Amino acid sequence: MNGGGAVTDFDHVVVLAGGLSPERDVSLRSGRRVRDALEESGVDARIADADAALIPALLADPPTAVFPTIHGSYGEDGAIREILALVGVPYVGSAASACRAAFDKPTAKALVGAAGIATPESVTLPREIFHDLGATAVIDRIIARLGLPLFVKPARGGSSLGASPVRTASELPTAVVSCFAYGDTALIERFISGTEIAISVVDLGDGPSALPAVEIVPTAGQYDYAARYTAGRTAFYTPARLPDAALDAAAKAAASAHAALGLRDISRTDLIVSESGEVYFLEVNVSPGMTETSTLPMALDAAGHDFGTACLTLLRLAAARGS
Amino acid sequence: MSDGTRHANSRPQGSRIDPYFDQYAERARGMVASEIRALFAVTARPEIVSLAGGSPYVTALPLDVVGDMVGRLVADRGSVALQYCTAQGDSGLREKICEVMSLEGIRAHPDDVVVTVGSQQALDLITRIFVDPGEVVLAEAPSYVGALSSFAAYQADVVHVAMDDDGLIPEALEEAIARLTAAGRRIKFLYTVPNYQNPAGVTLAAERRPRILGICQAAGLLIIEDNPYGLLGFDGEPMRSLRADDPDGVVYLGTFSKTFAPGVRVGWASAPPAIRDKLVLAAESAVLCHSSFSQLAVGEYLATQPWQEQVKDFRELYRRRRDAMLEALAAELPDGCRWTTPAGGFYVWLQLPEGIDSKAMLPRAVSSRVAYVPGTGFYADGGGTDHLRLSYCFPLPERIREGVRRLASVIEAEIDLCATFGAMPPHGRVGPETPGPGDL
Repeated sequence: MNGGGAVTDFDHVVVLAGGLSPERDVSLRSGRRVRDALEESGVDARIADADAALIPALLADPPTAVFPTIHGSYGEDGAIREILALVGVPYVGSAASACRAAFDKPTAKALVGAAGIATPESVTLPREIFHDLGATAVIDRIIARLGLPLFVKPARGGSSLGASPVRTASELPTAVVSCFAYGDTALIERFISGTEIAISVVDLGDGPSALPAVEIVPTAGQYDYAARYTAGRTAFYTPARLPDAALDAAAKAAASAHAALGLRDISRTDLIVSESGEVYFLEVNVSPGMTETSTLPMALDAAGHDFGTACLTLLRLAAARGS
Repeated sequence: MSDGTRHANSRPQGSRIDPYFDQYAERARGMVASEIRALFAVTARPEIVSLAGGSPYVTALPLDVVGDMVGRLVADRGSVALQYCTAQGDSGLREKICEVMSLEGIRAHPDDVVVTVGSQQALDLITRIFVDPGEVVLAEAPSYVGALSSFAAYQADVVHVAMDDDGLIPEALEEAIARLTAAGRRIKFLYTVPNYQNPAGVTLAAERRPRILGICQAAGLLIIEDNPYGLLGFDGEPMRSLRADDPDGVVYLGTFSKTFAPGVRVGWASAPPAIRDKLVLAAESAVLCHSSFSQLAVGEYLATQPWQEQVKDFRELYRRRRDAMLEALAAELPDGCRWTTPAGGFYVWLQLPEGIDSKAMLPRAVSSRVAYVPGTGFYADGGGTDHLRLSYCFPLPERIREGVRRLASVIEAEIDLCATFGAMPPHGRVGPETPGPGDL
């Protein structure tokens, strides 16, 4: 790990947090946690939002590097990274083009699937198609093709917002409508029963490395927004309680997804390990949550990394890479 | 590239982050992260036109004058203002509160008054001293979300009573009391916001007031009259308070949050003596005493500033914004929408076309950069799915018009979605689920 060295080589760094997506609150919590950890490491770290004040502030007082922790649109669709590139400041994380592919779940599934990683069979349908072709006919075909149960989620977005499982045919229209509240395109996947895990991949200077898998077990119901962000509503096991062969396969899948999507520095891949031990790719996050209930900080800790030092290392590497 | 070598020698460690998760009281069960609160985190951004928040427009206050006044207060009376006081509250302020209540026909003595941390604390204290888990509280349908939160905290069983454009319907109240009594249920009180109600914007008609009092007197039922907006009517004199005509059967809750500023957190309860005594003891146990500083600041404001003129200015400002909203609603909203016409206060209550769920629609609205409060927040029983609350108190008129324009397009898109898929079951969980204090 290349985390050593004097912190004085930093002027100041900016932690981007907030944004206008429904994940704003989560992002602010992530950003504060990263900022606090950096300050404890002796870095002058300042929080900035993605608003009209951002570009003038970056131009007037350029930071050594930026740590984006904005989730959802802007933060993960590549937009804010394009802006950072336009302004000419180095930043932690993947380039805009890779973010665009990763943030769009169907695109990510296709690219990761092409790399040989299994992913649940799915269809991706925009809202208009239900309107123009008739919702009943479309829904009937989905169930005929994919069967039940299913899982419906917005093609773009995170934090389980607009996502819901479908156990019976009658639940599918409601799930699709809930999904359309958060986006105009629905990803409808075959539901894979098994162990839900998140594997973070970080590159602290020695190349991308998969951290220990974090197993996610909601105490009741599904891993929805409340379960994600209410401490105590979910039990996390690090490493996941899976056979070594499954853990190795999952780690390889996360690392392969990171590579296949052209990601850099940091990512978190969500996977399901089926009861038969097969690993399925669900989605990848280029700006993973950093809150106290987020899995990436847990995985860093389990791997023996100090959170602040890891953030500092990522910033140092970004600064060395340049804008 | 390495891939997972670090996990091989570790033992799985289960963590629930909060080691005390199983220790919380039953009443904390509903205290969880929610999508709705997450959405409201966005609405504070200036890019969003928030028609959700109930924040008074304090910018209209003479802030420099208030600043000077507060400075003098500390310089001249700091040893009192910065000290503890009694749990009942500053006696000078209580005298002035009686003068304020006299504008609504109440003849009160300062001893009747307990100063509280906003009227929200009065609600909490009232519920604390009256309601055991499972006992019934009657409340209007819809009702103030902050009250529902207090009732939920004490595990009350809220039974809603229907309203129309003239407020609480006496026959519905009679029917509810008879039905619950016949079922052996114990009703502890009727909670009502009679003037410019939050969220419905309606006012209890003058001719209905004696009937409501009579029904409750006959049933031996205490009334909690919550009146934050009583002096903010747009036409004519303030309505006569229920407590003015039944001081033994009504506890009156008041606040300076709307007539002065919510930041001072000064409200009060005016209650019959026995109830007042218990409220004082409950207040002492809750906060020891209220802020002396805030109480003296409000007392000073009332004594030295033309506060009634300021309230007139507020009324005019809010009336203009109400008009802007009503005009925009009439011009922009699609067929099938209906809304109330408030004669005061802060809120319009909007009914959506059949099949549209306001809570399910909220993420799309926020994406379109307009916010409101879904109707379900104002019901304890899952009602209100087809309603939403719009507030006009804080945004400027041009922002209100822009917000309604955005809302209209969101509703039109939702109508289209509803036509495609048919009406959906209600969205999400039941009960008060709301943003922060500014949105109450």
